[in-house]
Amino acid sequence: MAIDGGRALIRALEMEGVEVIFGLPGGAILPVYDPIIDSPIRHILVRHEQGAGHMAEGFAHATGRPGVCMVTSGPAATNVVTPLCDAYMDSVPMVCITGQVPFSAIGTDAFQECDTVGITRSVTKHNELITEAQEIPLMVRQAFHLATTGRPGPVLLDVPKDIVDPKNPRSQMEWYWPSDDEVAASLPGYRPTTKGHPKMVRQAAELILSSRRPVIYAGGGILKARAAEALRELAELCDIHVVTTLMARGAFPDDHRLALGMPGMHGNYTSVTSMQQSDLLIALGSRFDDRVTGKVDGFAPDAKIIHVDIDPAELGKVRRPDVPIVGDCRLVIEELVRAVRDLLDGGAEFPDRLVWKQTISGWQERFPLTYQQSEPGEALKPQYVLERLRDATPDDTIVASGVGQHQMWTSQYWKFNHPYTWVNSGGLGTMGFSVPAAIGAKVGRPDRMVWAVDGDGCFQMTAQELVTATSERIPIKVAILNNAYLGMVRQWQEMFYDERYSEVYLSPDLPDYKLWAESMGCVGMRVESPEEVDAAIQKANEIDDRPVVIDFRTDAREKVYPMVPSGLSNDQIVTDPSQGEGGH
Amino acid sequence: MALPGTDARHHTLVVLVENKAGVLARVSGLFARRGFNIFSLAVAPTEDERFSRITIVVDVASSPLEQITKQLYKLINVVKISELDPRDSVERELMLVTLRADISARSQVIELVNLFEGRVVDVGHDELTVSLDGEPDRLDDLEGLLRPFGIVELQRTGRVALPKLERTAPTLRPVRRTA
Repeated sequence: MAIDGGRALIRALEMEGVEVIFGLPGGAILPVYDPIIDSPIRHILVRHEQGAGHMAEGFAHATGRPGVCMVTSGPAATNVVTPLCDAYMDSVPMVCITGQVPFSAIGTDAFQECDTVGITRSVTKHNELITEAQEIPLMVRQAFHLATTGRPGPVLLDVPKDIVDPKNPRSQMEWYWPSDDEVAASLPGYRPTTKGHPKMVRQAAELILSSRRPVIYAGGGILKARAAEALRELAELCDIHVVTTLMARGAFPDDHRLALGMPGMHGNYTSVTSMQQSDLLIALGSRFDDRVTGKVDGFAPDAKIIHVDIDPAELGKVRRPDVPIVGDCRLVIEELVRAVRDLLDGGAEFPDRLVWKQTISGWQERFPLTYQQSEPGEALKPQYVLERLRDATPDDTIVASGVGQHQMWTSQYWKFNHPYTWVNSGGLGTMGFSVPAAIGAKVGRPDRMVWAVDGDGCFQMTAQELVTATSERIPIKVAILNNAYLGMVRQWQEMFYDERYSEVYLSPDLPDYKLWAESMGCVGMRVESPEEVDAAIQKANEIDDRPVVIDFRTDAREKVYPMVPSGLSNDQIVTDPSQGEGGH
Repeated sequence: MALPGTDARHHTLVVLVENKAGVLARVSGLFARRGFNIFSLAVAPTEDERFSRITIVVDVASSPLEQITKQLYKLINVVKISELDPRDSVERELMLVTLRADISARSQVIELVNLFEGRVVDVGHDELTVSLDGEPDRLDDLEGLLRPFGIVELQRTGRVALPKLERTAPTLRPVRRTA
């Protein structure tokens, strides 16, 4: 069947099962936007291309399916660099299509030309400049295959205008749809290992059976591999506590008796300290990020390491594992469960871990997450807002956050009892992530309530996407924890720069967030005291026909605790001042 | 800078890649991005036109080397990586040197070049261009001996390498994908 490249591209996306594209048209991508009119694929017109990228990420976080964004060449392509890098750091499956100037004009500094493939090379799992219309179906199949298998990540296809423009003879091609085998054969260097090495799995099982102070260190790979169920089975079978990293919140239910919550720089005391004092860390889809380990030399000094990851480069990158296992987290954990069962059936027994369990529960009792509730007339505490919001929303509510203090408080105070309910920017730490990511999540999961918890600094970076949300009828809810500061930077300046505040003050009411929200078609509210919190949340929860923004005016002096100051060992964790000195 | 082949920190990686536009940029970009230094690099198509072979000499200790190979394997267009041990491989490099050699010095230069089984490939009024191919160490030696005459220009290719043919165990040490 004769077809032009533009139609072939849209058709290929349909064949891949794409339901929604987040994008914004422009000169070079124009011919691909024409067939969109006749396609069942929903297109969501963003107000800035960065929004398209983060929406695609939010969609992928919430659904596990690849997010798709499409933008034009030049400045549009450079505007998606941030979301691409964000998706690369957090292993988010995403396919990005960028327009490019006609092939004959490449290299001439044509209008809106940039070296998209060159610019995005180090922030994508793979990228390609498509040179012939005939390559389009294969390239699209490759892109989705690469984005979703192995360690997931963003893949970019750069599409010159001439090969998609039906008026150009270079766009004429014969339609075909490559088979799985043809796709595999076209990628001779790509063979991800998914099954764990049986010998290594057995060694891991033996280590688990001999350890007295084991901790499971669950990372985002659990969610990517859809291994939450398997993780739970392993934890319960072996009766081992689980920490869930910032990227893994929801991978293990916070209300489970074995859940320890978040480790790391702002992790809770028990989570951080149990890892420090463990004799075995079972790292599953986690990558020993510096925000988790603190000073690497001082991290979990007595622990042997079992490290499971689908990316071989993660094994030994930071800490050399005693038992490295390359493979898909779900498959390896299932194999590990079988191996442990075999050993138990053979008469092996777990050592007595009573003392360890008592130690852990002692820490939990002595050092819970805490903050000082405000006195009447004092400013609202952000943690209080989060507690009320958490308790007033359904258990499976999806929460998206930006980056900074509000992100840490959300991760700390929310109870994540279901996988795929937490959408955030972990590795790159992209301010402005939450509003567009929440929109993408809501598009992917319209059945769920979606709240964006944002900071005032973050909100100002991408708030215009609420116009997209209103016009596309995507009723997300936004809680701005407005402390009038770049709060995390302020916290560091207070603690580490002698309270010399440099360029961190924003203003509580410039812009006026309520009016701004209303001007974008949202319901806007402002909350200044604890008594108003519940009513505002209830009102927001009842609105389902447009976005809602609540401007919570919160205490600017509030700091995120516990904290392991940057560069120090996790033994030097600082708990909330009200708890006195830490345990060491 | 240590002489090639004399420093244990030098490793030769032979990287088989798909013969496609932009692959060299991906490989060299990865070295830059991860902060690894390339000592020398040679690229050419192989006997199979679908693939090219990149011979890279890197300047690292063995632990970062493992990380380099793992990161290289993550490039979709990289098909296979082998680390060649200099003791078990045949390494060659080509050097072209133009040097000052007036009438009085010319015969000494030619004598040296002959000793090394190199060749004079161009003769000017008071300059000579000589070529030498061989093991990188030998090129270093000749370069050192020619230097006092006055080197005008010098160009080396970067080394290419293949495993030695031996009766016993294979000399190619595959860097496995799995850890």
